[in-house]
Amino acid sequence: MRTVRFITWLSVLLALALTASAQDTAEETALERGKAVYDEWCIICHGENDPASGGGTAALEFLYQGALPAKLEDRSDMTPELITELVRRGRFGMPNFRLTEISEQQLDDMIAYLRRDSGDVGDANDSGD
Amino acid sequence: MAVPTGVSEQDWAAALEGFSAVVGSEWVFTEEEHTSLYHDVYSIYQGEPEDPVVPAAVAPYTAEEVQQCVRIANQYKIPIYPISTGKNLGYGGSAPVYSGSLVLDLKRMDRILNVDVEKATVLVEPGVTFYDIVDHFERNNIPLTLDMPDPAWGSLIGNALERGMGHTYSQHGRDRWSGHCGMEVVLPTGDMIRTGPGASGSDVLWQDQKYGIGPDVHGIFTQSNYGVITKMGFWIRPAHEGFRHARVHVPRFDDIHKLVALDTRLHNMEICNGMSVMASPLYGSFGPMLFMPPVTDPEHLALLEVRNGERPDPGPLAAYGERNRLAFWWLELKFHGPNSVTQAQWDYAKDLFSREIPGCWFEEYEPLEFPLSEEVKANLNTYGHVEMVNIGIPSLHRFAMSMRNQFNPEPGVGHFWFAPMIPKTGEQILLAQEVLQKNCERLGIPLLAPYYSMMPLMWYPRAGIFLAGWNVHADPERNRRTREQYVELSQICADHGWTEYRAPAPLHDQIMRMSNGFNDHALLRFHETLKDAIDPNGILSAGRYGIWPQHLREEGQG
Ligand SMILES: Cc1cc2nc3c(=O)[nH]c(=O)nc-3n(C[C@H](O)[C@H](O)[C@H](O)COP(=O)(O)OP(=O)(O)OC[C@H]3O[C@@H](n4cnc5c(N)ncnc54)[C@H](O)[C@@H]3O)c2cc1C
Repeated sequence: MRTVRFITWLSVLLALALTASAQDTAEETALERGKAVYDEWCIICHGENDPASGGGTAALEFLYQGALPAKLEDRSDMTPELITELVRRGRFGMPNFRLTEISEQQLDDMIAYLRRDSGDVGDANDSGD
Repeated sequence: MAVPTGVSEQDWAAALEGFSAVVGSEWVFTEEEHTSLYHDVYSIYQGEPEDPVVPAAVAPYTAEEVQQCVRIANQYKIPIYPISTGKNLGYGGSAPVYSGSLVLDLKRMDRILNVDVEKATVLVEPGVTFYDIVDHFERNNIPLTLDMPDPAWGSLIGNALERGMGHTYSQHGRDRWSGHCGMEVVLPTGDMIRTGPGASGSDVLWQDQKYGIGPDVHGIFTQSNYGVITKMGFWIRPAHEGFRHARVHVPRFDDIHKLVALDTRLHNMEICNGMSVMASPLYGSFGPMLFMPPVTDPEHLALLEVRNGERPDPGPLAAYGERNRLAFWWLELKFHGPNSVTQAQWDYAKDLFSREIPGCWFEEYEPLEFPLSEEVKANLNTYGHVEMVNIGIPSLHRFAMSMRNQFNPEPGVGHFWFAPMIPKTGEQILLAQEVLQKNCERLGIPLLAPYYSMMPLMWYPRAGIFLAGWNVHADPERNRRTREQYVELSQICADHGWTEYRAPAPLHDQIMRMSNGFNDHALLRFHETLKDAIDPNGILSAGRYGIWPQHLREEGQG
């Protein structure tokens, strides 16, 4: 699938870029764009577990009981497939998002952002719930 | 490739070419991977054949593109279904009512076209959300605010067309539709109209005055299928200066009658202008719209036991209340405005209650001054403090209540609400409590709280709504049972004259028929007459709110 190939390629470059601490690379821009998408659409539920939140972080805190970070931005184990599935299909009260809301490019950028610390992407587990 | 219901492959191919020429091929979605995104994730028909299927979606960027798309659909008789932001979760989401309709996705049209600071009006396109407006005001230091519903990710236009409700201020706010002023509508033939004074061709008065000359047609575009709205104006409010809330506690069961009547009177005098809340500490009120601790005292719990399905005896409860300084009912009043002004309003209200309800007492909270301090902000949405939506701040915290948590360890995939409107009188509220308690128990409907302790949401000036809610599951059998319970409860309430304020799309037919029975459904027949005149090819949002075009009328209602 086009998305997955793009992400694998991007992640390798990102790893290189991070170790080389390169400035202003295209990959850093993708991370910034990805964070902007995350901030626009996801953070209202998956940000801080505060009283304004839609409750994504609180729900994951309850589910994981400390086994995994409840804030998605603190995780590095979510596969591109899992992130895509969650964004496009929704889960447990989380709605899905259409291409007019989060485009394929924006989703790719967001995946890059959420996987910025993941290292190798090949064997990550689908451990989201 | 899927083809819309009732359209030949040849016509479909020609129409697709036309749509692509108008909006660009990247905004015409026909792959199943993309079209399957147009559904309601909270659908009560999850995974069942009745869940609507979408063969294609088209996303125009301008009103002119909408016009051209509608013309193409009308030419080839393609069923289409417009959405604004498509976040109508549990009420249809981004899915059509009639399976096989093409979705006209207006989310890309997200421009805030005009903001008039002096008159406190906005003109927006369909894709503009409540978050967008608040962001826009904040970024540009615009001293305006607007009423807030729970889901701020929804659109002003979609919310108004569903006659959605918010939680902030009463006049031209909470009842979203009541705050509309001026619309631009693409009719199913592709013609475009502007309403009110905008029909003159000038927009100088368009957002200032609802009426032009001649019949007022605005309302026919809500909960209906007569046009695609491409622009809508709204009356909003100058930024908050102050906010005050305070409670009136009353000691006796029968005090409910006066308490409710005085709340209505204060609203009708425009002395109260925020959303009131009622509760019964003695009946142990809690519920989705309230922050209240549950009853824990064993003596109190024993008095609350429901025996033979009857209301717990108010007499011993009132005596317990007297010993423990617990009110039978309380009413929370809310006031928006400068604190010096709201102090006078509250003083007047206190005088009135003291005169009319002997033995009542008051609980006052520190009024808020805007801009809010960081300390005040940090406490919003917590027990004993103000809810953000009550002061126009976006927040999704009501969604959090139905997410996985200690009270809801196995959440559903969504939720489903029943919301009948009840007249705002003590008598009708008590009757609704009885009817809902008894029938929910009989039908096995999960109680959000025992209904003897439930109070209506005081949404309207002269009416409130009660709520019942279900989790939606991936299991069709459980969802089927929910649907049956919902329809039966709706019928019972309709028989009492308590119709719903809106209805979930897959059940529009049943709800419309049971809510419009007068003179053999004469109103529904009138809607159909309009439908046939305005939409002769029957292309637009077939079946929405039970209004079917002629060629589908029997099939749809069957
Ligand atoms: C937990 C929860 C809490 C909620 N709380 C509230 C609440 O407090 N208040 C409230 O009002 N609702 C509430 N809702 C219901 C719903 O989410 C909101 O009403 C929401 O604003 C509707 O979605 P939308 O704005 O995206 O409208 P859309 O989904 O875009 O539109 C709704 C319908 O209107 C019609 N429509 C939309 N745009 C157009 C157009 N431009 N032209 C013609 N027809 C159009 C379509 O038939 C469409 O299906 C709640 C839902 C949940 C799940």
